[in-house]
Amino acid sequence: MEIEKTIATLHPLERKVLPALKETNSFDKIAEKTKLQKVEVMRALQWLQNKKLVRMSKNLQEEINLGENGLKYKEKGLPEKSFLQFVMKHEPCSLEELQKGTGLSREEFSISLGILKSKQLIDIAKEKTIIIKLSNKAREEGKKTSLLNKLFEVENFLNKPFPIYTSQLKDEEKKVLEELKKRKEIVKINIVKIITAQPTEIGNKIIMHGIQEKDILDRLTVDVLKSGSWKNKKIRSYDVSINVPNIFGGKRHFVNHAVDYIKKIWMDLGFKEMNGNFVQTSFWDLDALFVPQDHPARDMQDTFYIKEPAYGKLPQELMRRVKATHENGWTTGSKGWQYEWSERIAKDNLLRTHTTVLSAQTIAKLKKEGLPAKFFSVGKVFRNETLSWKSLFEFIQVEGIVVDPNANFKHLKGYLKEFFAKMGFPDVRIRPGHFPYTEPSCECDVWHSKKNQWVEVGGAGIFRPEVVKPLLGFECPVLAWGLGMERTIMEYYNITDVRDIYKNDLKQLREAKLWMK
Amino acid sequence: MPTINISRKVFEEYVGKKLPTDKLKDRISYLGTDLEDATNNEIIVEVFPNRPDMLSVQGFSRAFSSFIGAKTGLRNYKVEHSHEKVIIDKSVKDVRPYTACAIVRNMHFDDEKIKEVIDIQEKLHITYGRNRKKVAIGIYPYEKIKTPITFKAENPEDIIFQPLEFPREINALQILKQHPAGKEYGHLLEGKKKFPVFRDANNEVLSVPPIINSHKTGKISEKTTNVFIECSGFDFNVLEKCLNIIIAALHEMGSKIYSMDLIDGNKKYTTPDLRPEEMKVDIGFINKWLGLTLKENEMKKMLERMGYGYSNKKALIPAYRADIIHQTDLAEDIAIAYGYENFKETIPHVATIAEEDKFEVFKRKVSDLLVGLGLLEASTYNLTNEDFQNKRMNAKLELIGLANSISSDYNRLRAWVIPSLMEILSNNKHHEYPQKIFTIGRIFKKNEKFDTNIEENERLAVALASEKTDYTEIRQALDYLLRSIGVKYDVKGTEHNSFIGGRVARVSINGKNIAYMGEIHPEVLLDWNLEVPVAAFELNLTELFEIINK
Repeated sequence: MEIEKTIATLHPLERKVLPALKETNSFDKIAEKTKLQKVEVMRALQWLQNKKLVRMSKNLQEEINLGENGLKYKEKGLPEKSFLQFVMKHEPCSLEELQKGTGLSREEFSISLGILKSKQLIDIAKEKTIIIKLSNKAREEGKKTSLLNKLFEVENFLNKPFPIYTSQLKDEEKKVLEELKKRKEIVKINIVKIITAQPTEIGNKIIMHGIQEKDILDRLTVDVLKSGSWKNKKIRSYDVSINVPNIFGGKRHFVNHAVDYIKKIWMDLGFKEMNGNFVQTSFWDLDALFVPQDHPARDMQDTFYIKEPAYGKLPQELMRRVKATHENGWTTGSKGWQYEWSERIAKDNLLRTHTTVLSAQTIAKLKKEGLPAKFFSVGKVFRNETLSWKSLFEFIQVEGIVVDPNANFKHLKGYLKEFFAKMGFPDVRIRPGHFPYTEPSCECDVWHSKKNQWVEVGGAGIFRPEVVKPLLGFECPVLAWGLGMERTIMEYYNITDVRDIYKNDLKQLREAKLWMK
Repeated sequence: MPTINISRKVFEEYVGKKLPTDKLKDRISYLGTDLEDATNNEIIVEVFPNRPDMLSVQGFSRAFSSFIGAKTGLRNYKVEHSHEKVIIDKSVKDVRPYTACAIVRNMHFDDEKIKEVIDIQEKLHITYGRNRKKVAIGIYPYEKIKTPITFKAENPEDIIFQPLEFPREINALQILKQHPAGKEYGHLLEGKKKFPVFRDANNEVLSVPPIINSHKTGKISEKTTNVFIECSGFDFNVLEKCLNIIIAALHEMGSKIYSMDLIDGNKKYTTPDLRPEEMKVDIGFINKWLGLTLKENEMKKMLERMGYGYSNKKALIPAYRADIIHQTDLAEDIAIAYGYENFKETIPHVATIAEEDKFEVFKRKVSDLLVGLGLLEASTYNLTNEDFQNKRMNAKLELIGLANSISSDYNRLRAWVIPSLMEILSNNKHHEYPQKIFTIGRIFKKNEKFDTNIEENERLAVALASEKTDYTEIRQALDYLLRSIGVKYDVKGTEHNSFIGGRVARVSINGKNIAYMGEIHPEVLLDWNLEVPVAAFELNLTELFEIINK
């Protein structure tokens, strides 16, 4: 009964392969016998093995095949045989006669000479010239049997059904093989994996029982359904626990999964999205943020400047306010940076170095009635660096601002803590930092429980009045932060080389797990 | 940002208190310096650019000592008047108009001390001095100088002296070509007809700022006990601050400070002036800014923990602080003294309405449709190169270049997106086909209508690659997308060198071209080392979005 149940689960390939095991255990032979492709046989054997009907074994074997000369000698005969035949007919003969008469190549000739000599079948005598004749021993033995039989061992070997395996050879044959190995291109030896399959006890029982094809329906087809013929048959069972080949569907890039999640966090907290250009004037990217024009951040080595068009246009009214703020603080109550501000420098086009530029542009559009207001963006920023395992020239910044007349430093900590908790980092540390546009300025760290240390994740602060008042027209605290994303993404996707995030390896993209946060 | 590397033993002597390493590390982080490392022997910290006064072991220890409460409040720096003069000649006004100077006695130099002083000088040069452009600092053995000193400008050929560590006398022009410091900083005097020079009463050259001192009169040795210090540059306030920072450190080394009179035309200044500046403390503003309710006395204590003095509702700002220009700067220092870690996280109950950017929503919907077709999304760089954008594509688009990219593979902004996908296909030949990919990316072109004179659009590019890929397949994808969005469009044959002639089309809506699509030309495939047919389209999403919303 058990057996019949098992038989019912057998796949058509298994039905062909299993009976073949009665006659052979060799993988190749099974394929030959069943006329199946090797992949099919392999699949069937694996299935059978999973069902414990077959035990497969793989071992490494020396496989012997004939080489170029081996094939030639098999067909035309061994060179030493031709040599000996000639000597038998024409002895004694000189080397020259022999060479001409046998037509052997120099190499074959000298090998043949060597072999026959070592088998003591010929003698080499030196008279005027060198003379070859049969040895006395050969003559004696020659009476009993044909001398040529002496070379049978090798000939027999060449006539074996190749490929053959060293492990199957008898000891005498192994000796012959050793000799042949020394000769050029007669045998080729490879190490190969040999697969054999043995039926198990149950497997044997099933083979003995016989596998009936009829009355089992392998597939439901339209015809079968229409005719109702399935009613009299048993539908073959599957081994439903077995693995099937992988398929891949379409998928968003894994970074965008993470980005969507981050956007959702800010939206859940009531933030509105900001968007804007990658190319910006220095004015918006730096001057409007009260970064003095001789600040190291403007250095060529940090910032990508545009070659052509190298300059942009500035909003005149705002520019006047920003200029005054830099030079003497304007009406912000600040002393300003006390230098002569240059419009020329502010016009330089660059690739935005932070999405804080979007915050500046957003604040410039706000009206008093619109407050309080909260904004975020998740966008690309640029830094003039070479690509390496730890640095990118384009990366994502998570930006946020809270424009609220009642905002204060405690709220800044509150928003950041909330965000990072949702990102999976419940412990956040804020310590003093420095940015020219925030006061107080902070560095944010999160506690990394796997690494057991604090990890830097970005900067934050309250925008200076020197930033806000020229843009907004009046004073108002603006909480602001700019956070890095790539490290968290790398962590989640087990990426150690930051370049791999944007490598677009299709296998990586196809198999990327979902952002399950 | 600059780091300082200081001996823990020396640090603890200056601080006047020893802390266990863990506590020390914690306090350094919360003082507002980035701790790199702290061991039993050594402390390495990164100093933020707003605090050049912390760039020495003296300055850092001073701030730390106040912060942990070991020695709080305003430090008193005693300055005596030397009555020595520095005359600023009007000739120097065109090249390097200002200087601030001092004499320091009782220095007792040894190897270690010389190194320390030079280190402070160099750190200040790089940071606050913006590589000597804004401030150049000179330190001279006072014994070898005869006062009064003159700061003036002269023809560089006439300034002949032996520059520091150079074998012979040469003139200032030769210094720019031959001396290492001349080569490094010569650009700061580029185009100047006259060079600034300090000369003493014997007309000996002391230095040519911001380049180099004289070997004879400008080299500090172990025999030096008294020094003359000058800072030169373009902004007198900046020079004074810089001088004060050095002087404060030297004072803490145990030396005596003497001021000098600077005669600048008919004006006379006396430097250094280490008296504190005053700033009114707006207690209400600071409390509101920080979300605290500190009383005046508490705020006073916190200011003292940051090295300030306090009297009559005014903060007395140490003369070495260069960064206090607004109430918010005081607020930050008070926050540091209060302890960033002690602020309680709060989320205020403020109702604001969330909104995702509409175009971003549209982009996501487009992506979702394509994912439904079994396509994989790629994420690609905006930076690329001429070879990828044009040469390999057999195209001739005008590309916007970067002025200073350090990588020649990434020195252009892309003008179209299909090449980014071709690069991906080319890099993924070892993976299973069919390969069906898309990306939404930005493209850049010149357009004077925009503030930056550059227009940015977002484009969707799709590329399909398999043995069976053809025009029909790519057309089906575009049709499916545009049908689902619900727009009517025309498809017309066109010519495009990247595609096979007769298998490339323009797609337009109401006469406006919004996409092209076709089978990639075999020559282009060859350029990318591809051995399978590729069909692709590129669609202007920015314009499509505008059309839909009209």
